[in-house]
Amino acid sequence: MVRITTLALLLAAVPLFVQSNHLLGLFIAVLFSAYLAQSWNILGGLCGQFSFGHAAFFGVGLYSSLILQVDFGWPAPLALVSAAVAGAVTGLFVGFVSFRYGLRGSYFALVTLAFAEILRMTASVVSFTGAGSGKYLPTRLGIEHLQFSKSGYFYFILVLFVLVHLLVLAIQNSRLGARFAAIREDEEAASALGVDVFRYKMIAILISSAVAGVGGCFYGQYYFYTDPHIAFGAAVSIEMLLAPIIGGAGTLFGPIVGAVVLRVAAELGQSLTGGVPGFNLILYGIMVILIVRYMPDGLIGGLRRPWALMRRRPTATAG
Amino acid sequence: MLSLEILLHSVVTGLMNGAVYALVAMGLTLIFGVLHIINFAHGSLLMVAMYGVFFAVTLLGIDPYVTIPFMMALMYFAGYGLQRYVIGNAGQGRDTNILLITLGAAVVMDNLALYLWTGDTRQLQLDYMMTVVDLGFALIPVTRIIAFVAACALFVAMWLVIERTNFGRAMRAVAKEPFGARVVGIDVDRVYAQTMGIGTACLGAAAALLLPIFYVNPQIGNVFVLLAFTIVVLGSMGNIVGALVGGLLVGLVESVGGFFLGDRLGQVGIFVIFILILTFRPQGLFSARV
Repeated sequence: MVRITTLALLLAAVPLFVQSNHLLGLFIAVLFSAYLAQSWNILGGLCGQFSFGHAAFFGVGLYSSLILQVDFGWPAPLALVSAAVAGAVTGLFVGFVSFRYGLRGSYFALVTLAFAEILRMTASVVSFTGAGSGKYLPTRLGIEHLQFSKSGYFYFILVLFVLVHLLVLAIQNSRLGARFAAIREDEEAASALGVDVFRYKMIAILISSAVAGVGGCFYGQYYFYTDPHIAFGAAVSIEMLLAPIIGGAGTLFGPIVGAVVLRVAAELGQSLTGGVPGFNLILYGIMVILIVRYMPDGLIGGLRRPWALMRRRPTATAG
Repeated sequence: MLSLEILLHSVVTGLMNGAVYALVAMGLTLIFGVLHIINFAHGSLLMVAMYGVFFAVTLLGIDPYVTIPFMMALMYFAGYGLQRYVIGNAGQGRDTNILLITLGAAVVMDNLALYLWTGDTRQLQLDYMMTVVDLGFALIPVTRIIAFVAACALFVAMWLVIERTNFGRAMRAVAKEPFGARVVGIDVDRVYAQTMGIGTACLGAAAALLLPIFYVNPQIGNVFVLLAFTIVVLGSMGNIVGALVGGLLVGLVESVGGFFLGDRLGQVGIFVIFILILTFRPQGLFSARV
């Protein structure tokens, strides 16, 4: 709690010192990545259900928010809420069909991947999504339209970022979090101890996908555009799961660390190669292999282990 | 009347595509059956093999069908190395770790291809590609017929290897009971790597058969990997014959679905099947067996 508040206050001061729009944009991108990573972390990290298609929830939120604003004239704040609802409904559906039949591990990963693909293909065919040419949001500056200046967007995503971290912290410190952890560590044991595994997995995917849906809404407000690939592409799902895994899945700060590392690596890769397409994803791929190989608990876990060893050693020799 | 002819045509095309899909899926199902891992890099390895064939044809002037044995050998070593030095090493036997590593490998390959060969879609230009054969009820390009026949032949060959050779016996032993296999003196890690090699070698052949009827770009792997997963799940993970049946079925659904719903929605039909099967009958239509 203290650490999150400190982090939030420090970040809130950033626009006062950072004048460059590019740098502020980078901050927004990192916070946004961390936000999405945290959404994946609720289901994948806390509850141990690896989703390979989180883009499904993100994309449904993104499309529903744009469509409701553009075609139905809904006010933006209401669209934000409905993005959460739309994401959650999609999540519940995916969760119901897969958890109902006890799909887990690789099977669950495959089902989520396939769902995102189906949505991507459908969105590129049907007309109400704008098909392949995508969907635009007209510019209407003003807080009632949730459209801001650059620093305004920074505070917008900062608020979302802080809220999701408070949410994760609250889950971790509650009985709900304990049940999630029990399911993650050993489903059979959790079930034997009386945890209703299906129900709590549904709760996990509900929260996770609602959060992802709101992330989709933010994307729409910030970039004013989407197409099937931006919304449902495999790259979105991969980024959402890489950040928490690189940082440390199931930890509160892992997704932040992962998002920072990925974004900085992408930025470095871009400036080193002059923006060659695909280069940063090559880096991501290599990074994930190395981290799974050498730090299976992510950067946070990997750094914590030697630290814990160092602290333990004196007592060991004393004893 | 005319539409019936087109329907018949799409049935035949579907079955012919299906045989090649089955070849891709056979590699995947073999790997799953023996190593019990889901190889996300499968599609990307196919993409790499397709580029290999493409450059062999355009730069060296070799006929795509002549490249089959060479591509199979090359891909065998690629798969062997991938298992021995990357997956086996880093996976540490944890399911999700292996998923992530194969995913990482896929991301690296896809984007390396994008980096090296750009995102352009490339197609072969060969003089016999336009030749069609009249089967009496449908006109089929000769390239599809070659692909169908060769895929079926490779299928039979693979089946014989698994059922009739000592190596196949070792593989089946490892698939059933890795510990027991180790006890009777089978080098399990070696069999794992060899299985991965053979599964990947299937892709070398599939690439050479696919390229004359398809195209290649860095994302092509994604098209086939989900298709292959569908087939593998449909035909029961680890079941070779199931992969053949599943492949033909998926090819059929795709082309007949495309006939009724339009090209892009035909693909959606495949994924709907995929999800239905995964949720209602995750063991697939058959029972798992290598």
